[in-house]
Amino acid sequence: MRIGVITFPGSLDDVDAARAVRLAGGEPVALWHADHDLEDVDAVVLPGGFSYGDYLRAGAIAARSPLMRDVVAAAGNGLPVLGICNGFQVLCEAGLLPGALTRNSHLHFRNRDQVLVVERADTAWTTDYAAGQRIVIPVKNGEGRYVAADADLDRLEGEGRVVFRYADGNPNGSSRDIAGVTSENGRVVGLMPHPEHAIEDLTGPSTDGLGFFTSVLKAVVNA
Amino acid sequence: MSRVIVDVVLKPEISDPQGQAVFGALGRLGHDSITSVRQGKHFVLEVDGTPDEAELKQIAETLLANPVIEDVELHLTTD
Repeated sequence: MRIGVITFPGSLDDVDAARAVRLAGGEPVALWHADHDLEDVDAVVLPGGFSYGDYLRAGAIAARSPLMRDVVAAAGNGLPVLGICNGFQVLCEAGLLPGALTRNSHLHFRNRDQVLVVERADTAWTTDYAAGQRIVIPVKNGEGRYVAADADLDRLEGEGRVVFRYADGNPNGSSRDIAGVTSENGRVVGLMPHPEHAIEDLTGPSTDGLGFFTSVLKAVVNA
Repeated sequence: MSRVIVDVVLKPEISDPQGQAVFGALGRLGHDSITSVRQGKHFVLEVDGTPDEAELKQIAETLLANPVIEDVELHLTTD
Protein backbone atom coordinates (compact mmCIF):
# COMPACT_ATOMS: atom_id res chain seq x y z
CA MET A 1 0.00 0.00 0.00
CA ARG A 2 1.50 3.31 -1.09
CA ILE A 3 0.46 6.28 1.03
CA GLY A 4 1.53 9.68 -0.28
CA VAL A 5 2.58 12.48 2.07
CA ILE A 6 2.56 15.91 0.46
CA THR A 7 5.23 18.44 1.38
CA PHE A 8 4.34 22.11 0.93
CA PRO A 9 6.78 24.98 1.58
CA GLY A 10 6.50 25.26 5.36
CA SER A 11 5.22 21.75 6.11
CA LEU A 12 6.69 20.49 9.38
CA ASP A 13 5.18 17.12 10.16
CA ASP A 14 5.61 15.37 6.82
CA VAL A 15 8.45 13.21 8.17
CA ASP A 16 6.42 12.17 11.21
CA ALA A 17 3.44 11.37 8.98
CA ALA A 18 5.63 9.22 6.72
CA ARG A 19 6.99 7.44 9.79
CA ALA A 20 3.45 6.74 11.00
CA VAL A 21 2.58 5.25 7.62
CA ARG A 22 5.63 3.00 7.81
CA LEU A 23 4.95 1.86 11.38
CA ALA A 24 1.38 1.00 10.39
CA GLY A 25 2.72 -1.25 7.63
CA GLY A 26 2.33 1.00 4.60
CA GLU A 27 4.89 2.40 2.18
CA PRO A 28 5.21 6.19 2.50
CA VAL A 29 5.68 8.10 -0.76
CA ALA A 30 7.01 11.66 -0.59
CA LEU A 31 5.02 14.00 -2.86
CA TRP A 32 5.92 17.61 -3.72
CA HIS A 33 3.19 20.24 -3.93
CA ALA A 34 4.50 21.80 -7.15
CA ASP A 35 4.44 18.54 -9.12
CA HIS A 36 1.43 17.37 -11.05
CA ASP A 37 1.95 13.73 -10.12
CA LEU A 38 0.23 11.66 -7.43
CA GLU A 39 2.53 8.73 -8.35
CA ASP A 40 -0.34 6.24 -8.25
CA VAL A 41 -0.60 6.34 -4.46
CA ASP A 42 -3.52 4.58 -2.76
CA ALA A 43 -4.18 7.40 -0.29
CA VAL A 44 -2.79 10.82 0.60
CA VAL A 45 -1.87 12.57 3.85
CA LEU A 46 -1.63 16.37 4.07
CA PRO A 47 0.64 16.98 7.06
CA GLY A 48 0.78 19.67 9.70
CA GLY A 49 2.95 22.76 9.66
CA PHE A 50 2.75 26.33 8.45
CA SER A 51 2.56 26.21 4.67
CA TYR A 52 3.51 29.60 3.23
CA GLY A 53 3.88 30.90 6.78
CA ASP A 54 0.07 30.94 7.19
CA TYR A 55 0.10 34.03 4.93
CA LEU A 56 -3.29 35.22 3.66
CA ARG A 57 -5.15 32.51 5.66
CA ALA A 58 -3.77 29.26 7.06
CA GLY A 59 -3.70 26.73 4.21
CA ALA A 60 -5.07 29.17 1.62
CA ILE A 61 -2.08 29.34 -0.71
CA ALA A 62 -1.19 25.65 -0.41
CA ALA A 63 -4.78 24.79 -1.34
CA ARG A 64 -4.16 26.39 -4.77
CA SER A 65 -0.95 24.43 -5.48
CA PRO A 66 -0.67 22.30 -8.64
CA LEU A 67 -0.77 18.96 -6.82
CA MET A 68 -3.89 19.96 -4.88
CA ARG A 69 -5.80 20.16 -8.15
CA ASP A 70 -4.93 16.49 -8.66
CA VAL A 71 -5.89 15.69 -5.06
CA VAL A 72 -9.31 17.33 -5.49
CA ALA A 73 -9.91 15.39 -8.70
CA ALA A 74 -8.75 12.07 -7.19
CA ALA A 75 -10.82 12.63 -4.03
CA GLY A 76 -13.81 12.94 -6.31
CA ASN A 77 -13.06 9.39 -7.43
CA GLY A 78 -12.82 8.12 -3.85
CA LEU A 79 -9.11 8.51 -3.04
CA PRO A 80 -8.77 8.52 0.78
CA VAL A 81 -7.32 11.85 1.94
CA LEU A 82 -6.34 12.79 5.51
CA GLY A 83 -5.58 16.38 6.49
CA ILE A 84 -3.88 16.93 9.82
CA CYS A 85 -3.80 20.42 11.36
CA ASN A 86 -2.44 22.61 8.52
CA GLY A 87 -3.52 19.78 6.21
CA PHE A 88 -7.09 20.14 7.54
CA GLN A 89 -6.89 23.88 6.88
CA VAL A 90 -5.74 23.15 3.32
CA LEU A 91 -8.64 20.70 2.75
CA CYS A 92 -11.18 23.29 3.94
CA GLU A 93 -9.60 25.98 1.76
CA ALA A 94 -9.62 23.59 -1.21
CA GLY A 95 -13.33 22.96 -0.72
CA LEU A 96 -12.89 19.23 -0.01
CA LEU A 97 -14.22 19.68 3.52
CA PRO A 98 -16.83 22.14 4.80
CA GLY A 99 -16.23 25.02 7.21
CA ALA A 100 -13.10 26.98 8.02
CA LEU A 101 -10.42 27.20 10.71
CA THR A 102 -9.83 30.54 12.35
CA ARG A 103 -7.77 32.14 15.13
CA ASN A 104 -8.20 30.39 18.49
CA SER A 105 -10.81 32.19 20.57
CA HIS A 106 -8.30 32.86 23.37
CA LEU A 107 -5.63 34.01 20.84
CA HIS A 108 -2.97 31.71 22.34
CA PHE A 109 -1.14 28.90 20.60
CA ARG A 110 -2.33 25.79 22.45
CA ASN A 111 -0.12 22.73 22.70
CA ARG A 112 -1.21 19.80 24.86
CA ASP A 113 -2.34 16.20 24.94
CA GLN A 114 -6.02 16.20 24.02
CA VAL A 115 -8.87 13.80 24.64
CA LEU A 116 -11.05 13.21 21.59
CA VAL A 117 -14.24 11.21 21.24
CA VAL A 118 -14.49 9.22 18.02
CA GLU A 119 -17.98 9.78 16.62
CA ARG A 120 -17.58 8.04 13.28
CA ALA A 121 -15.75 4.70 13.15
CA ASP A 122 -16.74 4.00 9.55
CA THR A 123 -14.68 6.52 7.56
CA ALA A 124 -11.66 5.41 5.51
CA TRP A 125 -9.38 6.61 8.33
CA THR A 126 -11.23 5.48 11.47
CA THR A 127 -12.40 1.87 11.12
CA ASP A 128 -9.84 0.68 13.68
CA TYR A 129 -11.64 2.71 16.35
CA ALA A 130 -15.02 2.16 17.97
CA ALA A 131 -17.75 4.80 17.91
CA GLY A 132 -17.71 6.55 21.27
CA GLN A 133 -14.08 5.59 21.96
CA ARG A 134 -11.95 8.17 23.78
CA ILE A 135 -8.43 8.65 22.42
CA VAL A 136 -5.57 10.92 23.52
CA ILE A 137 -3.42 12.60 20.87
CA PRO A 138 -1.51 15.90 20.85
CA VAL A 139 -3.07 19.13 19.63
CA LYS A 140 -0.94 22.15 18.69
CA ASN A 141 -2.37 25.11 16.86
CA GLY A 142 -2.98 28.84 16.84
CA GLU A 143 -5.70 28.83 14.20
CA GLY A 144 -7.71 25.73 14.99
CA ARG A 145 -11.13 27.14 15.83
CA TYR A 146 -13.56 25.31 13.56
CA VAL A 147 -16.38 27.55 12.35
CA ALA A 148 -19.23 27.41 9.88
CA ALA A 149 -22.65 29.01 9.61
CA ASP A 150 -25.12 27.59 12.15
CA ALA A 151 -27.29 26.15 9.40
CA ASP A 152 -24.25 24.38 7.92
CA LEU A 153 -23.26 23.02 11.33
CA ASP A 154 -26.80 21.68 11.79
CA ARG A 155 -26.61 20.03 8.39
CA LEU A 156 -23.19 18.48 9.15
CA GLU A 157 -24.44 17.13 12.46
CA GLY A 158 -27.57 15.80 10.75
CA GLU A 159 -25.50 14.01 8.14
CA GLY A 160 -23.15 12.56 10.77
CA ARG A 161 -20.13 14.35 9.29
CA VAL A 162 -18.51 15.14 12.65
CA VAL A 163 -15.81 12.47 13.10
CA PHE A 164 -14.10 13.73 16.27
CA ARG A 165 -15.15 15.99 19.09
CA TYR A 166 -12.95 17.51 21.80
CA ALA A 167 -13.59 16.14 25.29
CA ASP A 168 -12.43 17.36 28.71
CA GLY A 169 -11.93 20.89 27.39
CA ASN A 170 -12.08 22.59 24.00
CA PRO A 171 -8.55 23.81 23.15
CA ASN A 172 -9.44 26.55 20.67
CA GLY A 173 -13.11 27.53 20.89
CA SER A 174 -14.23 25.34 17.99
CA SER A 175 -17.97 25.38 17.32
CA ARG A 176 -19.74 22.51 19.05
CA ASP A 177 -16.37 21.07 20.17
CA ILE A 178 -15.74 19.84 16.61
CA ALA A 179 -12.18 18.52 16.18
CA GLY A 180 -12.57 16.76 12.83
CA VAL A 181 -15.05 16.31 9.97
CA THR A 182 -15.42 14.10 6.92
CA SER A 183 -16.66 14.32 3.35
CA GLU A 184 -20.08 12.96 2.35
CA ASN A 185 -18.55 9.64 1.27
CA GLY A 186 -16.35 9.26 4.37
CA ARG A 187 -13.12 9.10 2.34
CA VAL A 188 -11.75 12.56 3.14
CA VAL A 189 -11.11 13.32 6.82
CA GLY A 190 -9.58 16.40 8.43
CA LEU A 191 -8.77 17.12 12.06
CA MET A 192 -6.70 19.62 13.99
CA PRO A 193 -5.02 17.22 16.50
CA HIS A 194 -2.02 15.16 15.41
CA PRO A 195 -2.43 11.36 15.27
CA GLU A 196 1.06 11.02 13.71
CA HIS A 197 2.56 12.26 17.01
CA ALA A 198 0.88 9.45 19.00
CA ILE A 199 2.22 6.27 17.43
CA GLU A 200 5.03 5.21 19.78
CA ASP A 201 5.28 5.11 23.57
CA LEU A 202 8.72 6.72 23.48
CA THR A 203 7.58 9.98 21.90
CA GLY A 204 3.82 10.25 22.28
CA PRO A 205 1.25 10.42 25.06
CA SER A 206 -0.27 7.19 23.69
CA THR A 207 -0.25 5.06 20.57
CA ASP A 208 -3.86 6.02 19.85
CA GLY A 209 -2.94 7.74 16.61
CA LEU A 210 -1.72 4.64 14.83
CA GLY A 211 -5.29 3.55 14.09
CA PHE A 212 -5.67 6.25 11.41
CA PHE A 213 -2.87 4.72 9.39
CA THR A 214 -3.87 1.07 9.91
CA SER A 215 -7.51 1.92 9.09
CA VAL A 216 -6.69 3.39 5.70
CA LEU A 217 -4.66 0.33 4.68
CA LYS A 218 -7.85 -1.73 5.11
CA ALA A 219 -9.95 0.90 3.34
CA VAL A 220 -7.64 0.67 0.34
CA VAL A 221 -7.77 -3.15 0.29
CA ASN A 222 -11.56 -3.12 0.52
CA ALA A 223 -12.04 -0.40 -2.08
CA MET B 1 -2.28 51.98 -14.33
CA SER B 2 -5.28 51.31 -12.15
CA ARG B 3 -5.37 50.57 -8.51
CA VAL B 4 -7.87 48.20 -6.97
CA ILE B 5 -8.50 48.10 -3.25
CA VAL B 6 -9.92 44.92 -1.75
CA ASP B 7 -11.16 44.99 1.84
CA VAL B 8 -11.86 41.70 3.61
CA VAL B 9 -13.62 41.43 6.97
CA LEU B 10 -14.95 38.49 8.94
CA LYS B 11 -18.70 37.99 8.54
CA PRO B 12 -20.65 39.56 11.41
CA GLU B 13 -21.63 36.15 12.81
CA ILE B 14 -18.00 34.94 13.00
CA SER B 15 -16.40 36.01 16.26
CA ASP B 16 -13.23 38.07 15.91
CA PRO B 17 -10.96 37.51 18.92
CA GLN B 18 -8.25 39.76 17.45
CA GLY B 19 -10.70 42.65 17.12
CA GLN B 20 -11.89 41.97 20.66
CA ALA B 21 -8.31 42.09 21.96
CA VAL B 22 -7.80 45.48 20.28
CA PHE B 23 -11.12 46.64 21.70
CA GLY B 24 -9.98 45.56 25.19
CA ALA B 25 -6.74 47.55 24.81
CA LEU B 26 -8.65 50.66 23.74
CA GLY B 27 -10.80 50.37 26.85
CA ARG B 28 -7.70 50.14 29.03
CA LEU B 29 -6.33 53.27 27.33
CA GLY B 30 -9.47 55.15 28.26
CA HIS B 31 -11.09 55.34 24.82
CA ASP B 32 -14.52 54.68 26.23
CA SER B 33 -16.36 56.00 23.17
CA ILE B 34 -15.27 53.02 21.04
CA THR B 35 -17.96 50.36 21.27
CA SER B 36 -16.62 47.66 18.92
CA VAL B 37 -13.59 46.72 16.80
CA ARG B 38 -13.54 44.30 13.86
CA GLN B 39 -10.16 43.54 12.30
CA GLY B 40 -9.79 42.82 8.59
CA LYS B 41 -7.39 42.77 5.66
CA HIS B 42 -6.68 45.44 3.08
CA PHE B 43 -5.18 44.51 -0.32
CA VAL B 44 -3.86 46.98 -2.89
CA LEU B 45 -3.67 45.54 -6.42
CA GLU B 46 -2.06 47.44 -9.28
CA VAL B 47 -3.52 46.49 -12.64
CA ASP B 48 -2.11 46.97 -16.13
CA GLY B 49 -4.62 48.47 -18.55
CA THR B 50 -8.33 48.54 -17.88
CA PRO B 51 -9.29 46.39 -14.89
CA ASP B 52 -11.54 43.46 -15.73
CA GLU B 53 -14.14 43.70 -12.99
CA ALA B 54 -15.32 40.12 -13.37
CA GLU B 55 -11.78 38.82 -13.07
CA LEU B 56 -11.09 41.00 -10.03
CA LYS B 57 -14.30 39.86 -8.39
CA GLN B 58 -13.25 36.26 -8.95
CA ILE B 59 -9.79 36.92 -7.48
CA ALA B 60 -11.35 38.61 -4.46
CA GLU B 61 -13.95 35.93 -3.83
CA THR B 62 -11.85 32.82 -4.50
CA LEU B 63 -8.42 33.72 -3.16
CA LEU B 64 -8.27 36.97 -1.21
CA ALA B 65 -11.34 36.10 0.87
CA ASN B 66 -12.80 32.83 2.08
CA PRO B 67 -16.55 33.21 1.52
CA VAL B 68 -17.26 30.70 4.30
CA ILE B 69 -16.13 33.21 6.92
CA GLU B 70 -15.39 36.52 5.22
CA ASP B 71 -17.11 39.34 3.33
CA VAL B 72 -15.22 41.20 0.63
CA GLU B 73 -15.52 44.66 -0.97
CA LEU B 74 -13.84 45.92 -4.16
CA HIS B 75 -12.98 49.56 -4.77
CA LEU B 76 -11.61 50.62 -8.17
CA THR B 77 -9.61 53.83 -8.44
CA THR B 78 -8.02 55.15 -11.62
CA ASP B 79 -5.28 57.76 -11.57
